[in-house]
Amino acid sequence: MPDAAVLSVRNASKSFGPRKALDGVSLNVSRGEMIALIGPSGSGKSTLLRSISGLQAIDQGPGVIEAFGGPVQSAGKISRKVRETRIRVGFIFQQFNLVGRLTLFTNVALGSLGRIPMLRGTFGAWPQETKDAVMAALSRVGVAEYAGQRANTLSGGQQQRGAIARALVQKAKIILADEPVASLDPVSARKVMELLRDLNASDGLTVVVTLHQVDYALRYCKRVVALKAGKVVYDGPIDGLDRERLIDIYGPEFEDAFWEGAPK
Amino acid sequence: MTLIDPKMAGVPRPPSRTLAQRAPDILVWGGVIAFLAVSFGPVEISRLPMLFSNSENMQQFGRELLRPDFTNWKLYVAQMWLTVQIALWGTCLAVFLAIPFGLVCARNISPVWLQQPMRLAMNLLRSVPDLVLGLLFIVAVGLGPFAGVMALALNTGGVLAKLFSEAVESIDRGPVEGVRATGATPLQEVVWGVIPQVAPLWSSYALYRFESNSRSATVLGLIGAGGIGQTLFESLNGFNYSQVAAIAIVIVVAVTLIDMLSQTIRARLL
Repeated sequence: MPDAAVLSVRNASKSFGPRKALDGVSLNVSRGEMIALIGPSGSGKSTLLRSISGLQAIDQGPGVIEAFGGPVQSAGKISRKVRETRIRVGFIFQQFNLVGRLTLFTNVALGSLGRIPMLRGTFGAWPQETKDAVMAALSRVGVAEYAGQRANTLSGGQQQRGAIARALVQKAKIILADEPVASLDPVSARKVMELLRDLNASDGLTVVVTLHQVDYALRYCKRVVALKAGKVVYDGPIDGLDRERLIDIYGPEFEDAFWEGAPK
Repeated sequence: MTLIDPKMAGVPRPPSRTLAQRAPDILVWGGVIAFLAVSFGPVEISRLPMLFSNSENMQQFGRELLRPDFTNWKLYVAQMWLTVQIALWGTCLAVFLAIPFGLVCARNISPVWLQQPMRLAMNLLRSVPDLVLGLLFIVAVGLGPFAGVMALALNTGGVLAKLFSEAVESIDRGPVEGVRATGATPLQEVVWGVIPQVAPLWSSYALYRFESNSRSATVLGLIGAGGIGQTLFESLNGFNYSQVAAIAIVIVVAVTLIDMLSQTIRARLL
């Protein structure tokens, strides 16, 4: 597996008022990795992912975030070229963030906005290539039969799979998934996680996924990065996540972070 | 023994407000009453009895109003139709004004340096009554329906820009971020993330303004901006109260129909 770093975060901090959501976080992600980002709620997982996609500016200071060797943001300023990066970085949100009143087809076609001519994208004159890609992506994630329905008439699991299809049409090389399964029932959650793993294993996409349940991290990922109060407290293989580490990350009630029982 | 004994020990007395607490009320109501008293003379409320003392005029007026004269009904319907057309074009031009201006006035998607001056401009537009705008346009383009169209377009444009921007300010940010994360341009974020969310509310506001503009267009006719209002004014000046009655009936029926139609459509939109 080539070892080129596709994402690099160096010394990033982000404050909301007096609270530090990120406190000097550094992280390197190599091509083809599947990384779980864990930590108690409020530990800065979502903030880190949103900063990597440039949806949010980090604090002024030495912090730098790069993707594919190009800057996303530095010194508290989002790069002017961030759109070029976003085109290659798919983002999956906890609340799916599909546009409810548009059809599933249109929502997924929006994934092509960064690649097709500006005016075609603005007026929704999707090229044939986009239409084909949309239907292929919807079939891949298993919701092609709902293409003509409004997104807000679909279940959470169906919407989340639509959001993944949008990232596929985007031809994203990296997928950042922010709590992708936290709003889903267990069966849908498993389907979404399996889809993400399949994209990682078969298509070689780099996946960074924040997870509430440590079970999922152990089952689907090889590398785990744990945040606590905005600091990286663990970065390594899943084998290293023993009982002491988990207590260190989550506190004595660490069992609550599991669905199916914590390791003894 | 009664359940509630007034002399029961330890029960606090009912609350009573001190003079200091009552002062604001006294000040407000006293102020309103004083203001009314001062205004009594200037608006000539003392002429109230004339409603009855000059009763012959009123009686004649009333008698003729009860006998509407529909001989010219074709003209009235044509003029009413013209009034509706004035309202339609005025509202339509207003919507075209309000879409870009409503977006740049919205606090959540527009930068402050653009948003503040635009809000001020829209405030100015709204603060000029459409009758005044109508008079200005009559000077500019002459008597007739076009002056009415322009007056409605500008005034309604200001109102709709405000309503549109408020709708934009209450959208859900999530879908917009979803669109942004695909690498969309800011314009594409608005087209695909914002407009679909506000479309039903915007259409409803536009229809409501069309409703009220069909009433405003009637009034605009009185100053010479065409339509049924102008016909009404001419009949009034000629003391033709039977014709006035017929015209009034045409207006009431037409405006009620438009109200009902637009309310039905709006109920389905939301």
